[in-house]
Amino acid sequence: MKKYWKSQHEKNESSEAKITKHTPKGNLEQVLDIFEDGTAEAKSNRRDFLKLCGYSLAITTVLSSCENTVQKAIPYLNKPEEITPGIANYYASTYMNASDYASILIKTREGRPIKIEGNNLSPISNGACSARVQASVLSLYDNSRYQSPQIEKEKVSWDKFDDSILKALDSQKENKIALLTPTIFSPSTRKAIKYFTDAYPNIKWIQYDTQSASAILQAQKLCFGKDGLPDYRFNKANLIVSFDADFLGTWLNPSEYIKTYTDTRKLSGSLNKMSRHIQFESRMSLTGSNADERHAIKPSELNLLIAQLYNEIVILKGQQKHDVPEATKIIKELAKDLLEQKSHSVVVSGSQELNAQILINAINYELENFNSSINLENPLLNHQAIDEDMDQLIDNLASGQVKGLICYHTNPVYSHPKGEKIKKAIESLSFSLSIHETPNETSSLMKYIAPDNHYLESWNDAEIKKDSYSLMQPAIHPLFDTRQFQASLLKWSGQDVDYHKFIMKHWEETLFPSQTLYTNFKSYWEHTLQEGIFQTKTVSGNKLKFAELDIIKILEAITQKKKTNRIELQIYEKVTIGDGSMANNPWLQEMPDPISKICWDNYLNISPKQAKELGLETGNMIKLNGDLELPVYILPGQAYNTVSIAMGYGRTICGKVGKDVGFKASHLNTNQHSSVTLEKIEGHFDFAMTQTHHSMEGRAIVREANLDEYQKNPKAGNDHKHEYKNAGIYKEPEFPNHHWGLAIDLNACVGCGACTIACQAENNVPIVGKKEVIRAHEMSWIRIDRYFSGDENEPGVVFQPVMCQHCDNAPCENVCPVAATNHSSEGLNQMIYNRCIGTRYCGNNCPYKVRRFNWFDYTQADSIPNNLHDPTGMTLDLSRMVLNPDVTIRAKGVIEKCSMCVQRIQEGKLNAKLEGRKVKDGDIKTACQQTCPSGAILFGDLNDKGSDLFKLASSDRNYHLLEEIHTLPSVSYLTKIRNKKS
Amino acid sequence: MYVSPIREPLIKGNKTYSQITQDIAAPIEGKPGKAWYMGLTISLSAMFFGLAMMGYTVWEGIGSWGLNRTIGWGWGITNFVWWVGIGHAGTFISAILLLFRQKWRTSINRSAEAMTIFAILCAGLFPLIHMGRPLLAFFVFPYPNTRGLWVNFNSPLLWDVFAISTYLLVSLLFWYMGLIPDIGTMRDRVSSKIKKYVYGLLSFGWTGSVKHWQRHEKLSLILAGIAAPLVLSVHSIVSADFATSIIPGWHTTIFPPYFVAGAIFSGFAMVLTLLVVTRKVLNLENYITLAHIESMNKIIIATGSIVGIAYMTELFISWYSGVEYEQYAFLNRATGPYWWAYAIMMTCNVISPQLLWFRKLRRNLVFTFILSIFINIGMWFERFVIIVTSLHRDYLPSSWSMYSPTIVEVGIFIGTLGLFFSCFLLFIRVFPVIAIAEIKTVVKSSGEKETKNETL
Repeated sequence: MKKYWKSQHEKNESSEAKITKHTPKGNLEQVLDIFEDGTAEAKSNRRDFLKLCGYSLAITTVLSSCENTVQKAIPYLNKPEEITPGIANYYASTYMNASDYASILIKTREGRPIKIEGNNLSPISNGACSARVQASVLSLYDNSRYQSPQIEKEKVSWDKFDDSILKALDSQKENKIALLTPTIFSPSTRKAIKYFTDAYPNIKWIQYDTQSASAILQAQKLCFGKDGLPDYRFNKANLIVSFDADFLGTWLNPSEYIKTYTDTRKLSGSLNKMSRHIQFESRMSLTGSNADERHAIKPSELNLLIAQLYNEIVILKGQQKHDVPEATKIIKELAKDLLEQKSHSVVVSGSQELNAQILINAINYELENFNSSINLENPLLNHQAIDEDMDQLIDNLASGQVKGLICYHTNPVYSHPKGEKIKKAIESLSFSLSIHETPNETSSLMKYIAPDNHYLESWNDAEIKKDSYSLMQPAIHPLFDTRQFQASLLKWSGQDVDYHKFIMKHWEETLFPSQTLYTNFKSYWEHTLQEGIFQTKTVSGNKLKFAELDIIKILEAITQKKKTNRIELQIYEKVTIGDGSMANNPWLQEMPDPISKICWDNYLNISPKQAKELGLETGNMIKLNGDLELPVYILPGQAYNTVSIAMGYGRTICGKVGKDVGFKASHLNTNQHSSVTLEKIEGHFDFAMTQTHHSMEGRAIVREANLDEYQKNPKAGNDHKHEYKNAGIYKEPEFPNHHWGLAIDLNACVGCGACTIACQAENNVPIVGKKEVIRAHEMSWIRIDRYFSGDENEPGVVFQPVMCQHCDNAPCENVCPVAATNHSSEGLNQMIYNRCIGTRYCGNNCPYKVRRFNWFDYTQADSIPNNLHDPTGMTLDLSRMVLNPDVTIRAKGVIEKCSMCVQRIQEGKLNAKLEGRKVKDGDIKTACQQTCPSGAILFGDLNDKGSDLFKLASSDRNYHLLEEIHTLPSVSYLTKIRNKKS
Repeated sequence: MYVSPIREPLIKGNKTYSQITQDIAAPIEGKPGKAWYMGLTISLSAMFFGLAMMGYTVWEGIGSWGLNRTIGWGWGITNFVWWVGIGHAGTFISAILLLFRQKWRTSINRSAEAMTIFAILCAGLFPLIHMGRPLLAFFVFPYPNTRGLWVNFNSPLLWDVFAISTYLLVSLLFWYMGLIPDIGTMRDRVSSKIKKYVYGLLSFGWTGSVKHWQRHEKLSLILAGIAAPLVLSVHSIVSADFATSIIPGWHTTIFPPYFVAGAIFSGFAMVLTLLVVTRKVLNLENYITLAHIESMNKIIIATGSIVGIAYMTELFISWYSGVEYEQYAFLNRATGPYWWAYAIMMTCNVISPQLLWFRKLRRNLVFTFILSIFINIGMWFERFVIIVTSLHRDYLPSSWSMYSPTIVEVGIFIGTLGLFFSCFLLFIRVFPVIAIAEIKTVVKSSGEKETKNETL
């Protein structure tokens, strides 16, 4: 028969089909062919018929006997151009909250933000993220967020809400109203606020920071006539002296400080010098635990020490001696050392007293540190609030002079020491408006609630330091009926412009002209938005001059204060929870405090000596000042006769997670070195503590040496090698292509714990809750071990991040009866969840104890109903949106552990393959490495002789943890070197 | 066969063959007493409680146990090893003592073997129930599959699977094979039709012909030959779970002989616990005599001393090794937070059996019973000490932790005790507690009459 074809295409197609017919086929394919009808040539014979019958029967049986839940995957009706399912998109943005600032990349998958990564382009955050920044993505999916505007607890529409607000503002024209915000360092927001206060001149804008830097700001103004905080450059200092400033933990801008601090403390072959760090403090802070020399002092002694140091420096410089009590040897030595390091030292203080901060300025001035290691040209702008303004406001509110209050992103009823007074005042106000994401102690008292967007849903800009700008952009449409603060302000001030346009306009007017690279604004804007940051050139100011201040009077004021023997209380911020604004974040709640290793609680830190006197043990209860009952934690290194307690706990109104966790302490924070009484009472408190033994027991777990020893011998502290080739009974595996490994520089690691939260976010590590952590059921894949050494009153502290060591002779691998854990050809110790039957033999036999067992159904991945253990709502549909789709969630009864971010390795390999090249060193970064502010963790290929990892792994400081048991780990550590004065 | 005149008779009371049959069949033919019903009620309640706790474990997860990230095995595996150990006496008595021609074994081998099987049943539950995903337990079998999955033959846990299942199979065969002539006897004695039918089925058509006896004897020897090495291998392999690991306190080459000795030690203790009571309640004092008790006590003191030497060797070697982890592990055992467990173990297993050097005590029933309970407790603590105190403080002090069981774990243990005693109580009502046919073979040479006549 003649064949007619309709088009050229059809003709070609049929000829193509003929070609493919002849390719040999597998058994299954042949069978599948049967189902394709229309292929005229394919003749069915008897065998095929029987096969078809057999397979149909089997398939029908299987299909009809399995009841599967129907899960609908609905394809995009119109696929957004930039979204490819399975491929992550990254958007540059900015995180800012209290002391945390980071230029970030938001990783989104199919339109959902799932992870925060640092933006490497930022010279301030340097690609690092703190634990809180990492955890912030989970707050987006917080079930307790306000979901629509409210008037007196009634849900209303935005239109109605705006009408009411405008009416209310009009009717309040005669009354004074305060707008209370945290420090705003976003230029556009400041402009929006200006528009708002211009439209309503009766509204006064006041800034209030939970962590006050008021004294430093005032000191700057008085001494140099400058605004803003000094820009400390720890990387330019050889000697760092801190008087109670926890700059690695919570003080001012810790992420940046960790980076600049550790820059001078990393050692390599060519560089064998490092800075020395001396800390005076009462509580063992994260910073103090990293210091080379630490002196435990009472808070009330701080100012006198600063005064003495100033006096000694002045004496050494041959100037007039002041009438200050004779300094101790420590201070005298310190003054000498500081003068030796003139212009290469930094002296900082966390003191809240103006006099102390003036002296700190004077000391740094005498040491010529300004404009070398301390820069005043680019002041840090994230703390601008002056305490007096807030005090004034509280008085005015109480006296009724201020009749209205607008609170944006601030919760003074909870966080301010005079919270009760504010609470009473708010209740009698005629106008009260809260602009906040989540319900809190203040907003719940307010009449109007204008829910704010989460920052991942918002536009904004920031000027963290003068001339250093960054942009914030939304990565997701607002999940709820919320509107960002700035948009609300613009709306209420009658500006008919959306905030995005507003920022663009502001940038076009102010920043666009300051650059020359781009000629039109659109491309400038797009590039800046893509990069997330923008720097303008700094115009050098005049020579710095120290104002004429009456130093003698200041010294007098300090020395007049009498020493007391009373017990002093200090309130501090924890690295994890901070001021409590993120108390509803389960990741942060379950993150152990770097020093105490306690999560889900705060407690009264007490010195070991005092505990002995009072007969106290960790977990005992104590009555503070005769009313507050608190559990006690004996903190090695806490100064005698001092106690401390973290703020940020004891929230009464927030989501389910943070509610009533710990004890409220903010009302105790009176800034005076308040003396307290302690009284032991009956009762015991169980701490959720992830590490209960604090000594290394003389084992060479963290190997350390002092700098002078290291300079003589780079192998110092690491001279015992226990590893031998082919010492085991199994043949050592070979890795023909890659051999992935990690190196961890113990000298760089400050123990901040950012990596633990990054890992949690990346790998869908479940949250188990306080009760489970008490039972040592925590699931963290990476933990930071902290050991104390020496005298418990003046202990040495070391940190050691421990994750699966990916042993090449892994004890876990040979004991699994079903081979559920095995070794990859690239050196990874793999866990096959599907195969695991949960004997936990591998966990027992792991000398590092890094394997985690799913004790309960934490993730709802289990097939048995009604046995979910999810105290924090992590399995709610909303919270599940944060899960990383590249990482399986694990079911009850299987073991899990660090996979060295195998999904990232795979992605890196695939990208390289697409580009037709080999994986380059630095292509792949594990989640812990990516976020680490100090760059202490390095991932790489041990087979690549040119890689950075290979260099580290072959350095003299390199060692393997427990190498004497011949596990041959792929993870190695570099010895810790301290810089103690010999 | 010549029997030395100074030997005590193994069967007292000048029994004739028919008396023997009557005496031993009496508990099956008569009505059980109140004590039996009470015992069974308690045992069954305990068993059902245990079953409920197992169900709870499977439903909720292993988190309902007191284990944690550091201590992955606790009461579960302790009980497993304890029960396996108890299961060693039966086969030792029936196989090894048979090969050594020890006639006194005939009075106790039946109940000891039954006990072995029940103990293995109890033991086998634990590896299953302690798994995170017990429904997938079949993964441990090397069955062919299209996914190309295979088990890991390097893992001692896998060896365990084979060792325990082989042991259960051989013990069961051996026990049942010995039962066949006696079931035949019972079939002929019972009057109820149903009973007759069931015993008839179970007796496999036993007629007592010479051919049957010949084959029976042959198979006994063959099975004894197979079972004897198993006695040594099973607990050696169980000990390999620990010995092949790298945890200080586990990684010990002495473990296989030490575990086998300990197993026989604990097995005999459990046999004594059961028989001291059974002989009294079932009026079998003439068959299980003080001489039998004394013989068993002698084995106890022998194996108990081996265990004691093993403990001392461990301590010495840990010191001598110079390995700091090893030294700490043993120091921590004796003086750490679990010192009391170590003290209980030492007192019960090493010190108390030494009292058996006194003949009076060896033949004292009350003392023997109390001692056997002591040894049961001591051997349980030995496993607890090995498993928990080695794990709770291993290499990195940062992970050190403590362990205490929950009601669920305790409940499962109680449940296995319930299962064990329920089985035993049912067993004594269904099958002859003493091998009738076998004991008749020694009555001529070791009966009271015979030995007396010869001494006269």
